Amino acid sequence: MIARLRRAAIAPAAAAVIALAVSSIALLISGNSPVNAFVEMWKTIDSSESTVLIINRAVPYYVAGVAVAIGFRMNLFNIGANGQYILAALLAGAAGAAVSLPAPLHVAFVLVIAMAVGAAWAAIAGILKVARGVNEVISTIMLNYIATGLTAFLVGEYLRNEAVELVAETPKLPASAQLPSLNPLLELVGIDVGGKAQLFGFLPFAIALGIAYHLVLNRSRFGYELRVSGANPEAARTAGINPRRMVLKAIILSGAVAGLVGMSSLLADPQFHKYGDQFPKTFGFTGISLALLGRNHPAGVAVAAVVWATIERATQRLSPLGIPQEIGVIMQGSFLLAAVVVFEVVQRRSAAVTARAVALQAESRTAAAPSDQEATP
Amino acid sequence: MSDVLAPGSPVVAIELRDIVKRFPGVVANDGVDLTVRQGTIHAIVGENGAGKSTLMKTLYGAHRPDEGTIRVDGAEQHFRSPKDAIAVGIGMVFQHFMLADNLTVWENIVLGHEPGGRLRLSPTSARARIAELGERYGLNVDPDALIGELGVGDKQRVEILKVLYRGARTLILDEPTAVLVPHEVAELFASLRELTAGGATVIFISHKLDEVLHYADAITVIRAGRTVAEVADPSQVSASRLAELMVGSELPRPETPLRLIDSEVRLDVRDLVVVSPDSGRRTLDGVSLRVHAGEIVGIAGVEGNGQTELIEAIMGLRVAEGIVRLGDVDISRLATLDRRARGLGYIPEDRQRDGLVLTMPLWENAMLGHQGAEPFTAGRWIDRVAAHTRTAEIIDEFDVRTTGSDVPAYTLSGGNQQKLIVGREMTAAPTVLVAANPTRGVDVGAQAVIWDILRTASERGLATLLVSADLEELIGLSDRLLVMLRGRIVAELDPRAVTPAELGSTMTGANA
Amino acid sequence: MRAPRSVSTWWWAALGSVAIMALARLLSDNDDLTSAGTFGVALRTAAPIALAGLAGLYAERSGTVNIGLEGMMIMGTIFAGWWGWEFGPWMALVGGVIGGILGGLLHAFATVTFGVNHIVSGFAINLIAPGIARFMANQLFVGEPGGSVTNSPGNTSSLGRFTVPFLSGGDLFGWTTPDVLGWFEERGWFAVADLAGAARGLTANISYDVLVVIALFAGSVYVLWRTPFGLRLRAAGERPSAADSLGVSVVRMRYYGMIISGGLAGMGGAVMVLFTNRYQEGQTGGRGFLGLATLIVGNWRPAGVAAGAGLFGYFQGVTLRVEPEQLVRALVLAAAMALVAAAFVAMWRRRWSVLVWAAALAAAGFIAYAMADRPNNQFVYITPYLVTLVVVSVGGQRLRPPAQAGLPWRKGSQI
Repeated sequence: MIARLRRAAIAPAAAAVIALAVSSIALLISGNSPVNAFVEMWKTIDSSESTVLIINRAVPYYVAGVAVAIGFRMNLFNIGANGQYILAALLAGAAGAAVSLPAPLHVAFVLVIAMAVGAAWAAIAGILKVARGVNEVISTIMLNYIATGLTAFLVGEYLRNEAVELVAETPKLPASAQLPSLNPLLELVGIDVGGKAQLFGFLPFAIALGIAYHLVLNRSRFGYELRVSGANPEAARTAGINPRRMVLKAIILSGAVAGLVGMSSLLADPQFHKYGDQFPKTFGFTGISLALLGRNHPAGVAVAAVVWATIERATQRLSPLGIPQEIGVIMQGSFLLAAVVVFEVVQRRSAAVTARAVALQAESRTAAAPSDQEATP
Repeated sequence: MSDVLAPGSPVVAIELRDIVKRFPGVVANDGVDLTVRQGTIHAIVGENGAGKSTLMKTLYGAHRPDEGTIRVDGAEQHFRSPKDAIAVGIGMVFQHFMLADNLTVWENIVLGHEPGGRLRLSPTSARARIAELGERYGLNVDPDALIGELGVGDKQRVEILKVLYRGARTLILDEPTAVLVPHEVAELFASLRELTAGGATVIFISHKLDEVLHYADAITVIRAGRTVAEVADPSQVSASRLAELMVGSELPRPETPLRLIDSEVRLDVRDLVVVSPDSGRRTLDGVSLRVHAGEIVGIAGVEGNGQTELIEAIMGLRVAEGIVRLGDVDISRLATLDRRARGLGYIPEDRQRDGLVLTMPLWENAMLGHQGAEPFTAGRWIDRVAAHTRTAEIIDEFDVRTTGSDVPAYTLSGGNQQKLIVGREMTAAPTVLVAANPTRGVDVGAQAVIWDILRTASERGLATLLVSADLEELIGLSDRLLVMLRGRIVAELDPRAVTPAELGSTMTGANA
Repeated sequence: MRAPRSVSTWWWAALGSVAIMALARLLSDNDDLTSAGTFGVALRTAAPIALAGLAGLYAERSGTVNIGLEGMMIMGTIFAGWWGWEFGPWMALVGGVIGGILGGLLHAFATVTFGVNHIVSGFAINLIAPGIARFMANQLFVGEPGGSVTNSPGNTSSLGRFTVPFLSGGDLFGWTTPDVLGWFEERGWFAVADLAGAARGLTANISYDVLVVIALFAGSVYVLWRTPFGLRLRAAGERPSAADSLGVSVVRMRYYGMIISGGLAGMGGAVMVLFTNRYQEGQTGGRGFLGLATLIVGNWRPAGVAAGAGLFGYFQGVTLRVEPEQLVRALVLAAAMALVAAAFVAMWRRRWSVLVWAAALAAAGFIAYAMADRPNNQFVYITPYLVTLVVVSVGGQRLRPPAQAGLPWRKGSQI
């Protein structure tokens, strides 16, 4: 187990080193000392308040990462996670504000609507792929933009809170749909954040999602068939797995989880409880980065989400100090780029080992059929 | 060992001496000689895996031989890449065409060798040259047609024009007639004749002995990586003698003692037809066969004659017309998983592509194809403990050499991977087993184990359909031998009584 | 190189479009639908999208899918904003190209040399480019008059404009020529005035950078289909192992393709900077992806990309004109009529599934027209993406992407 962890950590560690190097160069260009900058970043995150903020941010990131990871397991690029989640957040928020139910039911109601909307929007891309062979990268990118326009239209015209004039947003969710802050739990454990930050109540849901993802993927028959289809479609077919049905199921499941990305902000963030202009709308893309970094693994994506959120928090207070805040994005971007390159190199190295075994077979066959290989993320 | 070449023959264009080429685990060429005279059509024949393609790759520069010399027109050559070979006038026409479907004929031909300057493509001069070559050698193609719109005969002409355009004087064709219909074959060889009349040299690889005897000026027979015969005058040799040379003058003795076969029919295939969606050809043209309990039926034949289609149709992996019955049950319309659940076991030909997921651990691979059945799943969830237990049983019973059931499948050698697959199928207690090349690429020890498993199982009543390119395996295991050619079963032979000549001839259609 | 049937289809489509636009203008009683002014703006708006599409074309034709077009455009904008401010408008173009090439090289490095998945690499570039842009803006513009992290100080001057003489009243050696097309446009005759407006919009007051774009498109047709370089480039994308077996370096061709792609995308960013005379954060606004859309709609041919970009540019440009709501309504009507026409064609050709799609969308269009009394900009915003989605879904076999675009290639493989 320890050996496995160590082996798994080498590639990301190498990527992290590269990312730090790139950021240091950028810092030097801007006339700042890298050491100084990193020290300042550490100071920012070194507080329980920061920890709470990081976790709050990491939660929706994680959900997005899991959603995208489900698609990746089947070699499907669900780039549309973003469109799926904003549409889901809008419609769930509007629906949730329109009904009145006892608390647990109300929350469940909102969640179900969100998952259904996300699944439906993703299903469009899935059906197009299965029925017409449309590549899901293109269709989901287009659906993202359509969703952006559609949500802006709906929130501007129909689902609007008439009482508020200056901004377009849905009515606020009633208290029965709001998830409470988890600070009391923290205090139980002895952590006192003061009043400066509230730990959002969606965290347990995210944890449950992660556990469910792990269990379904690794312990259920469906998860097994999903993984086989993604790893070796030919073997899956021979094993009696229907590829088209798998594609549909995977993409719909991915969409359903994507629908939950906005739920932390909707249900647990006191700043929101409604969908409007200020609502965060780019978490879907972050999910893609995290799934890639975490290699679709339930724990890996979680670590990636925390790292991502940490970088953002750490660089939040740099500009008053004269250190460019963009260094955060540069760190993230270079980390991702370095990571995917390193992963590929490592994968090729281990593939070379299997290639030797395959070469044995290749020579005894006269007719070598060309095989279409799509590189798996 | 080799027939002496007649003295007084014209210039030697190509000479390969003592070529040795090794790959991990196998020696593909083990001292091959080849002498080709200029202006002749020279055929190279041999079974699958004899080493013909490897030899040709050496000749056209795709790889370097470990030992041996290459002489072109008397001068020794060392090719570092196909470019070097092209430079001395050697042109390779591949069996699987290297053409871009969305580009035109003339674009494919001139690619990399474009006329006109650096700044301008000159399609007119390209078209003129192509027309000229086409006229001279009877290789007429429309230069402006898209490759994707052409049939195989035309595509082959384009491939030949490609090498002629670059000034090839020696052409190598790999199984050129594999995809052609008879009149296209005649046209092809007419063009090749024109070429040799003009002084070019043609080498072609084939296993179709009737064509070889008809068209070739000289023949070299390769078996197991060595030259076993050089025939200077094809009119002096018979097809059966040639077949015998290809296959070897001694066939393995059958190991299975004569057994009484049950009359119960376990697998009943009737009039199975498979039509290729690309070409409309019937790749499986009405095959019927029966396998009884306790019987091993072997299917012999050169690869590409419908064996793959037959197996996949039986397993439900390919759309087919006709009837497949498993015992009393008509499974013709059932999905693959259902067929397997009813007792149809499958050892696929390509274990790494179809039989395993290399990155998954052994215990998950042991579930492949049986993931809906006991003991692996309980309802929707996988029973990990049961799966591990079953995997341990397989490892133990079937001699899979490994450190445990949690290691990924790619850590296993080919032989052990195959034993795992065999064990997986056997422990599911099938009533019928379809096995395709079950010991391909497997070390001798594992091969013996697998053969033993198959024999024991058939003694216990398992009905087996065995498709193989390994004659030793076929003859050693089968109770009955069926030969497939061009999508049909053309003969039923007794493995105990068949002669090498007879088998070779039937497989290659030499007596057709 | 194409079968004559497609040519006549194009003619029918062109004729049909003219008729529909003229009809829409009549029905909505709005001259601006087909005025020279609108088309002029459309051209301006289309130019960056077209460049992005052309950039995507070079990349995919050579075998690499370039999802990172947006990021490369952003690199173009920041470099153009910087060089335009420091050195003048023409240097802005050069700077943009260079910025884009940097992104292109990175993408090529990851995908061609390391074999990283094309989508993943492109996505990473899209992620990192805005950060780099902001960083550079911080270093370069903050503290300068008119500059900030989000925009550059304006360009010192702008490129001149050009008007075709005689047709649109351009100057010829100092003498103002008569404006023939303008005259026709003013008459207001059915279809004639519309065509005149379109033609005039494309020939009057054209900024020089747009002329460069037009020249690039014409040049690309020549380069890709009439030069050895172009042939090898295309072969690297259609069947790399065939090219490799004939001595063409696939790796080199793919690098060239990606460098050109990055450069063109960067130029697209530069054109936007020249339009607004400054760098502005986020000004690319998804045009990189829109370029990808035009690539698909244009069936991977320069002429198609130009047409697609023109279409999308028209949609976007039309909203910048006076009374956008009315224009939008008229457009929706026109689109619905086009779909009805398509439905008839489908019925005639017995393509039932196309018929169903076209009919359904036409119905939706008519409903939208009837319902919306105050249609939002949003509808126009999503139209290009909707169109692309429809094209991809319905296009099927007719779409001809380069055969091996997006699939990694290694020496020794059969593809």
